[in-house]
Amino acid sequence: MMNKTVSLLPLATFFLCAATWASAAPAVDEIVDKANKAAYYAGNDGKANVTMTITDSQGRTRNREFVILRHDSRDGGEQQFYVFFKKPSDVRKTVFLVHKYTDKDDNRWMYLPDLDLVKRIAASDKRTSFMGSHFFYEDVSGRGINEDKHELLKEEDTFYVLKNTPKDPVSVEFSSYLVWIDKKTFLPMKAEYADKADKPYRIVEALEVEDVQGHPTVTKSRVQDFTSGGETVTEFANITYDLGLDESIFTERYLRKPPREVHR
Amino acid sequence: MQEKVKRGFARAAGLALAAAGLATGVARAELQPWKDGLYDAYAIDLGGFVEARNGWRLQNDPHEKDASIAEMRLQLEAGRDIGRGSLKLKGDLLGDFVTDDYTALLREGNFLFSPLAAMDMKLGRQVLTWGTGDLLFINDLFPKDWKSFFIGRDDEYLKAPSDAVKASYFHELANVDLVFVPFFNPSEHINGERLSYWNPVLGETAGQNYRMDEEERSSFGRDSEVALRLAKNYGGTELALYHYAGFWKTPEGFDPAAMELIYPRLSVYGASGRGQLWGGIANIEAGFYDSRQDQDGDDPMLRNSEWRFLAGFERELARDFTGSVQYYVEWMQDYEAYKESLTAGSPARDEFRHLFTLRLTKLLMNQNLIVSFFAYYSPSDQDCYLRPKVRYRIDDQWTIEAGGNFFYGSDDFTFFGQFEDNTNAYASLRWSF
Repeated sequence: MMNKTVSLLPLATFFLCAATWASAAPAVDEIVDKANKAAYYAGNDGKANVTMTITDSQGRTRNREFVILRHDSRDGGEQQFYVFFKKPSDVRKTVFLVHKYTDKDDNRWMYLPDLDLVKRIAASDKRTSFMGSHFFYEDVSGRGINEDKHELLKEEDTFYVLKNTPKDPVSVEFSSYLVWIDKKTFLPMKAEYADKADKPYRIVEALEVEDVQGHPTVTKSRVQDFTSGGETVTEFANITYDLGLDESIFTERYLRKPPREVHR
Repeated sequence: MQEKVKRGFARAAGLALAAAGLATGVARAELQPWKDGLYDAYAIDLGGFVEARNGWRLQNDPHEKDASIAEMRLQLEAGRDIGRGSLKLKGDLLGDFVTDDYTALLREGNFLFSPLAAMDMKLGRQVLTWGTGDLLFINDLFPKDWKSFFIGRDDEYLKAPSDAVKASYFHELANVDLVFVPFFNPSEHINGERLSYWNPVLGETAGQNYRMDEEERSSFGRDSEVALRLAKNYGGTELALYHYAGFWKTPEGFDPAAMELIYPRLSVYGASGRGQLWGGIANIEAGFYDSRQDQDGDDPMLRNSEWRFLAGFERELARDFTGSVQYYVEWMQDYEAYKESLTAGSPARDEFRHLFTLRLTKLLMNQNLIVSFFAYYSPSDQDCYLRPKVRYRIDDQWTIEAGGNFFYGSDDFTFFGQFEDNTNAYASLRWSF
């Protein structure tokens, strides 16, 4: 029984792990499960320095820079994310903490260092922009795989192409999305979202994949938004898996005292 | 009125241009490589901003200047890891054209380290916050700067720093935070210096014409404060118990012999809870304020003991649109004794002060435009305080902001009503690096 998602290849794809290789086309649930683990659960924990370049329809760019730490309580299950912002300067040292669950709403906190304030954030709509980029919160911490129906649309030379339809269409802005999953690595390489008129309006894709400690890892990804005409490119550097991060890092203590792992 | 607004604009524009000139000058000098160099050579992490902010009263105030805020500010923050700890220095250089002061203010100067694996300590000047209220405080008895809040400085300045030792111990059962403040740190309260207020001694609104003396509490031990919190997170439900032993943070007492305001002794016992509910975040908090120098409530010169309670709920109403409401009440104890003790003719407070707040926040244009509204409304005091604000991030460095502080009240002596003549609007331009 899988309980996670594939649709979120965007941000977390860099945490993917090597998946076992099947010769015959596996069942769709198995593909979804493997892709989910490949994209989100590489190693027991991970770290990366992330830069985002947000370009609007007029070509103006803005930059975001942060360090992300991740810890898995259980492969394919609960996990925690710690995001420490470095740029732009007005959000410098702000921390975003997520406790992700598979059976209930995530818990999210924001720490504002200027006020020493630990703020709780309502997690109802995950399809809102992450830090003003074209990525969504859901792209960072995950969309529950039980939220969509999945079908294997076709099998190409190198990809399984899955069509995913939301069980609760009112809660999302898309009517369905296609995902191209690499047959060897089970990495989701591209997702194409169709709007309510079934017209593609958003594409998230992996631009570069590298091997990191034996895990095929997306090191560059891009989301294009055809409605607004903008795009965001995300690059991952200094990726490390299995640092032995303690789960206690993902608590209030380390909001107020950022761990050494996030320093330059 | 028009003249005033014009002058305000002229000054704001002047300040903005000065800031722009300074900032572009610095930007041209390619600050980023220099900052990176500083980090590489000395492991010093530097940041800050330059800001011009200007605001004016929207009506006449017989006791105050027309300008509510007119200032240039440079904030510098430097951090460095030393051994297993980290040192942080953050200070402001402020040119304040309302008070004609040029000052250097240290906001933070502290060392944070872990003497034990399960323990953190922060020594020195620091900003401290806990509790669950949104712009309402029950168990957070760390100093506030109400002047900054009411004249439209950045939210950061609502919290005044404490000179304190904070020790935190982390355990499975609960986390313990203990804050010791050797010398009482009062809040920056409204004293007429730049905002007019109800003066109960005069029985009328006063400003620069009548500044009162204040008691100084500066002896170690006798004037020290202690704040304690026990906190535990049960799978996303955060529970906490609090205790505070110190003084009312604003002068809630008056010594008629010395004709000075005093900070009476106060102990607080409280609790809070916060967690998810109905797709949003709910919080409750309560506290008993034990006014230790007036435990019978029969001294009209000292504030009585009271219960405080608040409940709040926040949720996303639509994409990038969040709303929250809070209910808050102060329940005065020994109300009969208080009423009997009042001299004839002086306005009596209500036994209950009920307060509602509303916050609405809308993000637009890829979250670069933030439109927000915060309102306090008290049905018992029949007054309100509105804080609309618009903020736009021009790019990764430049931010402009405009907002207002609107006070209305049926009476001149209620909490927000007394500030009616201070109703103001402001605008700012900031360059961050």
